[in-house]
Amino acid sequence: MKPRSSGSVIRLAAPLRALAHRFSFLLLVLASIALMMVGKVESVSVDAARARVTDAFAPILDAISRPAATAARVIESAVELENAFDENRRLKAENARLLQWKQAALRLETENASLRTLLHATAEPSVSFITARVIATPGSSFVRTLVVTAGRRDGVRKGQAALAGAGLVGRVIEVGEWSSRVLLLTDINARVPVVLEGSRQRAVLAGDNSDQARLLYLPPESPVQVGERVVTSGHGGLFPPGLPVGVVTSASERGVRVLPNADLSRVEHLRLVDFGLAGTELDLTAELK
Amino acid sequence: MTATFWQRLDKAGRNLAPFAVTVMLVLVGMIPIPIPSYSWVAPHLTLISVYYWTIHRPDLMRPGVAFLIGLLQDLLTGGPLGVNALMLVVAQWAVLNQRRVFLASTFALLWIGFAMVMTGAAFLQWLAFSVLNAGILPVKPALFQGLLTVAMFPAVGWLLIRMHRAFLNG
Repeated sequence: MKPRSSGSVIRLAAPLRALAHRFSFLLLVLASIALMMVGKVESVSVDAARARVTDAFAPILDAISRPAATAARVIESAVELENAFDENRRLKAENARLLQWKQAALRLETENASLRTLLHATAEPSVSFITARVIATPGSSFVRTLVVTAGRRDGVRKGQAALAGAGLVGRVIEVGEWSSRVLLLTDINARVPVVLEGSRQRAVLAGDNSDQARLLYLPPESPVQVGERVVTSGHGGLFPPGLPVGVVTSASERGVRVLPNADLSRVEHLRLVDFGLAGTELDLTAELK
Repeated sequence: MTATFWQRLDKAGRNLAPFAVTVMLVLVGMIPIPIPSYSWVAPHLTLISVYYWTIHRPDLMRPGVAFLIGLLQDLLTGGPLGVNALMLVVAQWAVLNQRRVFLASTFALLWIGFAMVMTGAAFLQWLAFSVLNAGILPVKPALFQGLLTVAMFPAVGWLLIRMHRAFLNG
């Protein structure tokens, strides 16, 4: 536009347009802030919208995450090749140790089964796994979630536990048709009822966006030792009891910190576990938040 | 008649390039790379793109476009709605106000300018998350993310220049 050469209408329009321009900025800022509030209040419908959008982009995310995964695997196998000899020796030693454990486990299993028949204990609900690939991470330091390639049609339900390797990773917070989102243990919104394996002391594991999580609601004089294992307690009905979560790394007046067993920053595949527990289908997340 | 229609379609398609490239960068920024702790400090590629296009083609990177891209990022990353949207809109506005300075400056100055924008954006993001979580969050991860983004700026900038020349050199 050339305001100088045009008539009075445009001379008037130029500042008006500038005003509209500035106004649009303010409007958009206000819209963003309004969205933040809506997200806080209307979290159910926001989650639904989020699941739709994530579903729509999941195929693209799946496709573009494959080359990165392949490259990582190639590099990893090169490194593994280099350490093959040492690794082999270590694994042999570990295998010998594990065989002993296997004997112990078999003996305990038969003993457990016979004791159960004596007591008429109810059987544990059956467990089924859904394996899914991680296709997206938030790419933000304030949000700790993962998007995985399994959704409602694969049997994923909200609240299911996500396991990877040696332990609990998080739980499903949002389910789309063929993708779902997992909230990691270390996210600031994550709360998991846990129990210290040694002392049987109950606590709540809370993330704070760092690599370790904190234990909340521990009695002040509870004996917590560094290296003690932390497992899910099963309270709240969301997770079954006894899932390995992590290890206590420090215990001081400033709090007890727990390092998750699974390396949360490099999870490639995870197992979503359907424990068939009653109440998983319910929206317990709001209560836990 | 048909020629003008196809020409118009072609032009519209080309004008969509900044938006499409930025959306692609949203997705690329979310690729899980198995480097320890990488996913928490992954560079904010979207901001680089918004910065670049606001300087070079402000007519194609309007506040509304920045807002939409931010909203998409909020929806995909699983964070609270509106945070990235706010950040990108404010960044777009700040860059647009100083556009003349940026247009006339050298690459090094552009880089420094981006570092300043990134600092502001990281601070804004930290502030928004702190308010939403009703507590003061550690600012360090946001700063690391900012540093990594600033370090990535030349590479992504080069890519954007190539895109710019390929699609919008008319």
